[in-house]
Amino acid sequence: MIHCYKLGGLNIVLDIFSGSVHVVDEVAYDIIEMYEKSDKEQIISEILKKYKNRDDVTKEEIEICISQIEDLKDAGKLFTPDTFSPMADTLKKKTSGVVKALCLHVAHTCNLNCEYCFASQGKYQGERAIMSLEVGKRALDFLIENSKGRRNLEVDFFGGEPLMNFDMIKELVAYARKREKESGKNFRFTLTTNGLLIDDDVIDFANREMSNVVLSLDGRKEIHDRYRVDYAGNGSWERIVPKFQKLVKERGGKNYYMRGTFTHANPDFLKDIEEMLSLGFKELSMEPVVCAPSDASALTDEDLPIVLDQYEKLAELMLKKHREGDPFTFYHYMIDLKGGPCIYKRVSGCGSGTEYMAVTPWGDLYPCHQFVGDEKFKLGDIWSGVTNTEKQGEFAACNVYSRPECSNCWAKLYCSGGCAANAYHATGAVTGVYKYGCELFRKRMECAIMLEAAKALED
Amino acid sequence: MNHIKTLDTKNLCESAKNGGCGECQTSCQSACKTSCGIANQQCENKKETK
Repeated sequence: MIHCYKLGGLNIVLDIFSGSVHVVDEVAYDIIEMYEKSDKEQIISEILKKYKNRDDVTKEEIEICISQIEDLKDAGKLFTPDTFSPMADTLKKKTSGVVKALCLHVAHTCNLNCEYCFASQGKYQGERAIMSLEVGKRALDFLIENSKGRRNLEVDFFGGEPLMNFDMIKELVAYARKREKESGKNFRFTLTTNGLLIDDDVIDFANREMSNVVLSLDGRKEIHDRYRVDYAGNGSWERIVPKFQKLVKERGGKNYYMRGTFTHANPDFLKDIEEMLSLGFKELSMEPVVCAPSDASALTDEDLPIVLDQYEKLAELMLKKHREGDPFTFYHYMIDLKGGPCIYKRVSGCGSGTEYMAVTPWGDLYPCHQFVGDEKFKLGDIWSGVTNTEKQGEFAACNVYSRPECSNCWAKLYCSGGCAANAYHATGAVTGVYKYGCELFRKRMECAIMLEAAKALED
Repeated sequence: MNHIKTLDTKNLCESAKNGGCGECQTSCQSACKTSCGIANQQCENKKETK
């Protein structure tokens, strides 16, 4: 399978099953599109006809181009057949029985009251609660016990607002540092915060102990304050931005994401990215809102072309800034063509419900943070482990080849079938497909690969 | 003339032989938390054929 597209002045051909990326001229682009449907004589005739006003497009030159295409095909870099389909189950089974990441819901409560929150203001359709140190420690023990040979273990402090349980987080990280020495593991912690409770103590701790921090900022003040308000209805932008700036300034180059949400209120989210840049932030992420289609904040069909155009304009801006020596990153455009994921990862996906689980303040296990609060997805708890093996089996069976809708999609080995939670909310099945999300994903991949291609050609 | 420039990329077919150590980041963990994709994950397997 191949995918051909034109973006940023480049003609790009992706060979899906080898992972190869080719930048081609106009003639080669047309020939590659015709190659599998036409014989050599037909191609020559069609190309000569199309380029009749170009002296350089001769029969000989077309034959040279065809031979270059054939060389790439012989080298396994073009029109590569799918050899992964028969091994999809085997690849996915490599994750069987191994847990390597937990999302710890240390606070099912929040000091903001954001209307668009998928977690219903941090409560996840339940009662407000705080995770105890005892539960937190047992969660880490559970992770170590079930991680088998995996060394790198990820733990995300999530909520609600996790800093509403900051003292416990500090004690738990100290416990983890002790346990990782004994067990030969390496914990990577992440903190996701709305920023309100950031102070010097938090900054010092987060910049020392957190591999990553995810800082929630929606961009422009009027956009941010539309949803991200406290219980008195006051916007939070002015209170959090100086705190985020101080934290990032003192972070010393360690990873962070300035993470925004865009909704029906701001499909023109590039303006919010530009606002983040003007505030001095360079590692950015803007995510489409997750909510019911009936929600006022939900993205609509009318928003879709605007959003797709914004993704292209964002790529153009990134290329411009790269050329000016003032680059910034965007989470979804961070693609490493040489050092990216292997085919095992591409087939097996995010690992929700198998490698990755969420832990509630009470110690219950769910397939991921987005299923917390939906009782039928409860997998077990951190004391007894996974007991709902039937439900876990649904997640274990998810791979890129288990979704018929993905079979003809060129982007499948970049998304690995997509998000189970998005699929469930859109279709009622974790093996479904959230088609709106697919549209956004494909555009993001085209932009990301174009950016890498443009940089590779210039460097 | 050369009509095609091929970028240096990981060979997925080769990665089937030695991939799958599982040490890489869980996709949306530690990051966006809402829209999964695996393309931006880093390989952590030093032994894998690139």
